[in-house]
Amino acid sequence: MAPAPESWYLTVSAVLFAIGVVGVIVRRNPLVIFMSIELMLNAANLAFVAFGHRLGTADGQAVVFFVMAVAAAEVAVGLGIIVAIFRLRHRLSVDDLSLMRW
Amino acid sequence: MGVVVFAIVAAIAVAAALGMVFRRNPIHAALFLVVNLGAVAVLYLTLGAEFLAVAQVAVYAGAIMVLFLFAIFVLIPVREETTPDPHRPIRVLALPVGGALLVLLVIVIVLGTRGRPSGTAPDGVQGIAQLLFTDYLLPFEVTSVLLLVAMVGVMLLSRRGEG
Repeated sequence: MAPAPESWYLTVSAVLFAIGVVGVIVRRNPLVIFMSIELMLNAANLAFVAFGHRLGTADGQAVVFFVMAVAAAEVAVGLGIIVAIFRLRHRLSVDDLSLMRW
Repeated sequence: MGVVVFAIVAAIAVAAALGMVFRRNPIHAALFLVVNLGAVAVLYLTLGAEFLAVAQVAVYAGAIMVLFLFAIFVLIPVREETTPDPHRPIRVLALPVGGALLVLLVIVIVLGTRGRPSGTAPDGVQGIAQLLFTDYLLPFEVTSVLLLVAMVGVMLLSRRGEG
């Protein structure tokens, strides 16, 4: 089963990335903004795998492995921060978070 | 055959991503993201990255999204994004910005992927394992330290009281 050309995968990756960017700008809930960031990370991962496939090496896959590990750490810390902010502010909109303290 | 599978899975991935961004309910957004991550895992499979497909389902769709759902449930009394948006005129600009970004990326892709690709497909799990335990051994070990630091940091952050 011959796979589709890599440029198609890259195009899907670009579409997902653009949707993620729109999500980060449009949404006000920090959780959904965070999910949009995950979407962008995922789009970049797809591009890595597609390029790795195109070049015939597994290096792209190794990089994606590290991106996944970093994303896991990032999600844990980020959600911890969001929950801590919510505990402090009892509101959850990025428009309210214009100060570094209080 | 491969093209048909790609078209179906790519359509699912893009539709789920759109649903994630444009549904107001954050739980729906999280579930759409799970669908999207699963579809991308299938794309990994079609590219011969079996290990990543499994890791994607286990780490992203499993662990990370469960964490997201927990966070949403903890913060559920928040009825956000039901009030009118004071910055709506600015936020509408996101669509042309995203569209312009997409056009630029596609131009780069079209220009950059002309000509025949050189290599053959990497040999699956064995290829990535070989790399991880030889060329990328130091980053691999550092990753474990990173995860440990993140875990300790989250414990510190989420302690009640003096956190």
